[in-house]
Amino acid sequence: MTSAIVVSGLHKSYGSTHALDGLDLDVATGEVHGFLGPNGAGKSTTIRVLLGLLRGDEGDVSLLGGDPWHDAAKLHRRLAYVPGDVNLWPNLTGGEVIDLLGRLRGGLDSKKRDDLLRRFDLDPTKKGRTYSKGNRQKVALVAALASDVELLILDEPTSGLDPLMEEVFRQCIEEERQHDRTVLLSSHILSEVEALCDRISIIRRGKVVETGTLSDLRHLTRTSIQAELAGTVNGLAQLPGVHDLDVEGNRVRCEVDTAQLDAVMRQLSASGIKSLVAQPPTLEELFLRHYEDDVAAEPEAALR
Amino acid sequence: MNDFVGTGTLVRLALRRDRILIPVWIVVFVITAAGSAQASIDLYPDVQSRIEAARTSNASPALVSLYGRIFDETSLGELSLFKLTAFGAVLVGLLAAMLVVRHTRTEEEAGRLELLSAGVVGRYAALAAALIVSSGTVVLIGLLSALALIGVGLPASGSLAFGLLWASAGLSFAGVGALTAQLTEGARTANGFTGIVLGVSYVLRAIGDSSADGKSEWVSWLSPIGWSQQIRAYAGDRFVVVLVPLAFMAVLVAASMALIRRRDVGAGLVRPRPGPATAAPSLRSPLALAWRLHRGSLYGWGFAFLLLGLLVGNIASNVDGFVTSDSAREMVEKLGGVNGITDAFLATEMGMVGLLASAFGIQAALRLRSEETALRAEPLLATGVSRAQWVGSHVLVALFGTAVLILVAGLGSGISSGASLGNMGHQVPRMLAAAAVQLPAIWLVTGLVVVLFGFAPKLVTGAWVLFGIFLLIGQFGSIFDLPQSVMNLSPYGHTPRLPGGDFSVAPVIWLTAIAAGLTGAGFAGFRRRDVG
Ligand SMILES: Nc1ncnc2c1ncn2[C@@H]1O[C@H](COP(=O)(O)OP(=O)(O)OP(=O)(O)O)[C@@H](O)[C@H]1O
Ligand SMILES: [Mg+2]
Repeated sequence: MTSAIVVSGLHKSYGSTHALDGLDLDVATGEVHGFLGPNGAGKSTTIRVLLGLLRGDEGDVSLLGGDPWHDAAKLHRRLAYVPGDVNLWPNLTGGEVIDLLGRLRGGLDSKKRDDLLRRFDLDPTKKGRTYSKGNRQKVALVAALASDVELLILDEPTSGLDPLMEEVFRQCIEEERQHDRTVLLSSHILSEVEALCDRISIIRRGKVVETGTLSDLRHLTRTSIQAELAGTVNGLAQLPGVHDLDVEGNRVRCEVDTAQLDAVMRQLSASGIKSLVAQPPTLEELFLRHYEDDVAAEPEAALR
Repeated sequence: MNDFVGTGTLVRLALRRDRILIPVWIVVFVITAAGSAQASIDLYPDVQSRIEAARTSNASPALVSLYGRIFDETSLGELSLFKLTAFGAVLVGLLAAMLVVRHTRTEEEAGRLELLSAGVVGRYAALAAALIVSSGTVVLIGLLSALALIGVGLPASGSLAFGLLWASAGLSFAGVGALTAQLTEGARTANGFTGIVLGVSYVLRAIGDSSADGKSEWVSWLSPIGWSQQIRAYAGDRFVVVLVPLAFMAVLVAASMALIRRRDVGAGLVRPRPGPATAAPSLRSPLALAWRLHRGSLYGWGFAFLLLGLLVGNIASNVDGFVTSDSAREMVEKLGGVNGITDAFLATEMGMVGLLASAFGIQAALRLRSEETALRAEPLLATGVSRAQWVGSHVLVALFGTAVLILVAGLGSGISSGASLGNMGHQVPRMLAAAAVQLPAIWLVTGLVVVLFGFAPKLVTGAWVLFGIFLLIGQFGSIFDLPQSVMNLSPYGHTPRLPGGDFSVAPVIWLTAIAAGLTGAGFAGFRRRDVG
């Protein structure tokens, strides 16, 4: 499988702020790739480097097989970008902006444009200044989705959309996937990522700390187990990957590294399982683990 | 009183944001006043020479309409500063109005005011804070200028009156800024309205002041600039006249508050209408977009330049008839050109028009930076548009726009001076040529904006400072007896003085070459730097 985006060892500083600190990212052609991380982790910075708007200090970046800094304009005809903050020209209408951006990308499917306007319930005759935040975002989304491109780079595209529009957006991305388009989707909305993304990368402080499919990532976290056993349980505490063990007579509660689940279950069933509740990690827990580390580490950084 | 809660905080915020801008402006005004006075004191040592100069000036409708009347022919202070009364009042007024708009509508347009309004900030707080900052600035300018003038050796009462004259113009236009900030949703349009009011005020007083038999003198009293002049610093010191601008300001502020009560945050009085659902087929390039963004302001400026040209040409045709004495001739020739007083006047005026056209060029080229910081460049540069194309689009409009403006003014002055002199076929091409030779210097200054944008984007508004320095060198350099090496720094000083003067190709060529070099360097700089 070829890759639409390959980034390795990317560094980028703004003065003394080290925004990207050796970032690696690989987005396969045709996949919807989720890009997650706490505020200020470096998502938008990465995207701006990918678009050739910023120049990386160090590291290699390849976008659609080209160098985004040197071949920017050429590569940009093959992609569409929706920024996190969409600002429109005050005296241009939304429809004019959609057409202009589409034409500058090299063409717009006017049937798809009209269809998207209808689905997103967007009035294209309003002037830029008079759109709400969500509607400004819709203008950029329609312009991007109606363009015939290979790659969509979306930076928190739904942060201003209401739940109904969020649903429309999901359908649209689903359709893009069916057309084998590649999508890089930065987002804070976990359910959206869960529903849409084939693979995700989690970025923290300028580094990608996890990458893989959701089930890969689940594998890295803990399943919580509650069991009532026929007899007493032995040797559970000695098993690797068992945490927060709490034994009360025949009742057992613990957190188990998902990779060690098999060994733990064998041990439990050896004592005879009467009832069992196993809870897979929710996505929230998965992310919070990464995000919380960050919050926990913050005060230290501040003290330094 | 709740409506004003938070004013103090906003004042501190505004002062923090403007901690460089305001002191710089204050210093510029004070130094200009004191320096100009000092230079003139040396120039007119005795009463006789003053009376001579004052009579000459008052006898020329051109000079009177440009600068205003000298009320007391013996007054040293008035003669020293008469060039700075109306002009200075316009500039102080501009500063005051722009400060008010900057801290009200600009903030509102950017959505920052909404953020604050949601906190504990009353609905009039932003306006009140902006007015306090703006009025405080102009009062300080007036006060410090007065002190500096006393220091230079001019009478205390007249100096205070002169400071009041400037400050009162500032107060009038702080009121104008308060009102225009309520009318539209865009700060740019608000500043445009203010500019129109300033222009009309200036022209009204020009008409009143230069009315031949004093019949239409009352027209000056329709103008805030006229009121300021009527304080008559060093020629009666009529302090009470300040009540007129104060009343004017009070009325405008009250009207602004009434409008604030009626409108929503972010909205203007003029509601934007819906527009086309699809883009015109022509809107398909960065240049088409740049044209679309600038054309409204270019039409406005173009109309003003046509009027200005017509006015200048019309005044020029009277110059010769009024200036009769030899010393008058000498003085007018000292003010400009070499061959013939009319040509000298026209050449000087064309230089002024060139300065004004540069302001358009600077402002249009600065759009590059404001588009970038407003994050509107990013989505464009993420399409097939190259950086050079995008920069080029705005630069081209800036260069083209300045050319249109200066040529329109040249055409206007050619028509009106030609019509009254009865040689239109001769005068129109001469004035067009006189206009065209201004372009290299104008483009050089536009090029300065581009080069700053390419290499030091955060300092790009410094182009205004450079422009201000060139302006001061050109207007006051010879009065101050600056060394030639300093005078040479201003590109405008190298422009051939047409019509009437000697035309040499060399400066035109190298001014153009420097302009091209700066612009090209700016492109290269922008290609190498981060966007944002
Ligand atoms: N123009 C800039 N100048 C200085 N620092 C910047 C600039 N842009 C971003 N940063 C810093 O770089 C870091 C990464 O910012 P970035 O915008 O990439 O984060 P993000 O992951 O997109 O965050 P969010 O989820 O809030 O959008 C932050 O610490 C930010 O403060
Ligand atoms: Mg971001």
